[in-house]
Amino acid sequence: MSFRRWRAVARKEFLHILRDPRSLIIALALPLVMLLMFGWALTLDVDRIPAYVYDWDGTPESRALIDQFRASRYFDVQKYVHDYAPIDKEVDRSHILMAIVVPKDYSRNILEGREADIQVILDGSDSNTASIALGYAQGVVATYAAELRSEAQVRRGAGKLKVAVDPRVRVLYNSDLKSKNFIVPGLIAVTMMIIAALLTSLTVAREWETGTMEPLLSTPLRPAEIILGKLSAFFTLGFVDLLICVLLGVFVFNVPFRGSVWFLVFSSFLFLFGALCWGILISTLARSQLIAYQIGMLSSFLPAFLLSGFIYSIENMPIVIRAITYVVPARYFVTILKGVFLKGAGIQILALETTFLFVYAVLVFFLATKKMRQKVA
Amino acid sequence: MNSPSFRRIREIIRKEFRQTFREPRMRVLLFMPPVLQLIIFGYAANLDVDNSRIAWCDLDRTSQSRDVLADFIGSNRFEIAYTPTTGTEVQRLLDAGRVQGAVVILPGFGRDILHGRTTAVQVLVDGSNSNTASIIANYASNIVAGYGAQVMNQQNLDKMVGRAVNGPVHAGIPRLGMQNRIWFNPDLRSRNYFVPGVVANIIALVTLMLTAMAIVREKEIGTMEQLMVTPIRPFELMLGKTLPFALIGIVQVTLVTTAALLLFKVPFHGSFLVLFGCALLFLMTTLGAGLFISTISRTQQQAMLTTFLFFQPFFLLSGFAFPIRNMPVVAQYLTYLDPVRYFMEIVRGVFLKGVGVEILWPQMVALAIFGVTILSISASRFRKKLD
Repeated sequence: MSFRRWRAVARKEFLHILRDPRSLIIALALPLVMLLMFGWALTLDVDRIPAYVYDWDGTPESRALIDQFRASRYFDVQKYVHDYAPIDKEVDRSHILMAIVVPKDYSRNILEGREADIQVILDGSDSNTASIALGYAQGVVATYAAELRSEAQVRRGAGKLKVAVDPRVRVLYNSDLKSKNFIVPGLIAVTMMIIAALLTSLTVAREWETGTMEPLLSTPLRPAEIILGKLSAFFTLGFVDLLICVLLGVFVFNVPFRGSVWFLVFSSFLFLFGALCWGILISTLARSQLIAYQIGMLSSFLPAFLLSGFIYSIENMPIVIRAITYVVPARYFVTILKGVFLKGAGIQILALETTFLFVYAVLVFFLATKKMRQKVA
Repeated sequence: MNSPSFRRIREIIRKEFRQTFREPRMRVLLFMPPVLQLIIFGYAANLDVDNSRIAWCDLDRTSQSRDVLADFIGSNRFEIAYTPTTGTEVQRLLDAGRVQGAVVILPGFGRDILHGRTTAVQVLVDGSNSNTASIIANYASNIVAGYGAQVMNQQNLDKMVGRAVNGPVHAGIPRLGMQNRIWFNPDLRSRNYFVPGVVANIIALVTLMLTAMAIVREKEIGTMEQLMVTPIRPFELMLGKTLPFALIGIVQVTLVTTAALLLFKVPFHGSFLVLFGCALLFLMTTLGAGLFISTISRTQQQAMLTTFLFFQPFFLLSGFAFPIRNMPVVAQYLTYLDPVRYFMEIVRGVFLKGVGVEILWPQMVALAIFGVTILSISASRFRKKLD
């Protein structure tokens, strides 16, 4: 293992990257674009659900009920309609997601102290928005029902009713429930995987494809030197991406950062090293850039995007998929990222995850060296 | 010599197919990743929350607190994973992410209920995933409110029976209920929403990437020059290069749609004809864009990175996972420039709502405009490159 030879390969790789400014710019622009998307444009938070109202009853009582929906910031009552046809049509066109229908005998039932039901129609195709909307609607109706009951009691001289049990909900770590607060930290893992899957996985494959691998192999370079040399260049890129994500995330998009910077850097290095070694391993095996790209996407980018808990929580996945997530390194890194950013957790709480990243990095490095040696021999 | 020669186009197509399928690994990698992606996406891209793991910290231990527990378990929404006995333990479980939420019942809860005083149930939710958190918070507070209403009714009944002369007055108190009608996806399974979207995305990415890389590959390994000295003309070369991928794209649409229907049992209410017609329209855009990227890239790596850089925002702004309605207004206007958005709407409309051309024609027109524009831009650039 010679430091001089390692440095020579690293220099060659740096030159390769610098000579192709477009690839370099894209590698740096990708995290920016994704940050901008997730920090500014994309949110899973549901409010102002567009709704139509079909008030069949048309009395002060029914209007009082509809006012409850209008007052809520979760609903946006756009129009009053007088039959089901426009509701049908606009739901088909996805212009509205919800309709509130007050039946004809609503006020009579309420005034005479009987049971009254209102109807809520929801476009269920976006199940997530629909189930959140459903929850809000149930909340509005339940609160108003309690109010009506209490009023009726007062009219009958029984005295005002008191709420018996109050649900006191406290949301920890992300108290304003902003989806960007949990997505932006996870982006660090995803962008690092992009470097690994789209840049690193091509690097050895390209040497094979363009025929420069043989000359490289005929030099006294050792496998570990080739790998470490190639890694240094991409490692630098990955580190710059990390800086971009953290600085923009915290200072521009106001994502809370509650943990230790040193722990973040340390765990990022571990993860980045493992991910890049994986990229090299793919590249050594694939020999063609297109195949390397396909394998890289399937084995590093997609799992980091889908199976890491980045957006979709692992707890909700079927058991087989949940089992698979245990071998996805991004899963551990995303847990660490969310812990460091949102919970202020340190290495004591995240020891298990850190250990896994370490073991993974070492294992993949040795595998890559071994494969490279086989190719050299 | 002026009209394109079908023989030459056919030769290029044959060469392209032979080159693509020559390598056994490529044969697998052309059709396996889309199906694999569908499977992973279908199972993992899931925003439903059922059976969330919570910690139950009952500091009261009365029959009332046990009633609340029974309501939580009976809802089938929650799984009690831990039963800590102190507040610090609850905090530790939440910090380590072992549970998604915790319910704490403070001492005196049962006594307060018996004495008719207002009391509370504490619900702590891990907000780090805001989406899951708001659904869990909703479920939990509905259960607690339901229990509260039950207690209130009972207290009332007791009071009223004592007061009224002719039996319980309770009958005269109005009750307000809500019936929901959930259209298109009555069980609210997010898989039904995501899987059709995945179909759209996979087709887009795969055909885009394949076209872009196949052409740049010839440049990178130097066979493009050889093609240029043959009598083939740019237009013929372009057709010969894109048609195989259009065919592969159509095969993939079939494959992925079949997998979606068989594996995930996603409802399909519309017409296959509309789906395939729109897929063809959409393929015009992706192939055209792939062609365009190939004209501005020198190496496969550049082609791949450029494709990825453009595809990422198109994918994210298409409404696949993040509803367009929730975006800031400027971003909402931007989505009109996103062809994936239109195809996404079409695919979902056809699968879930069973709508046809009468509703989807604006999207189809948009796709056609995108397709023709990008194809003619790339065609003109392609010509210049070769001359």
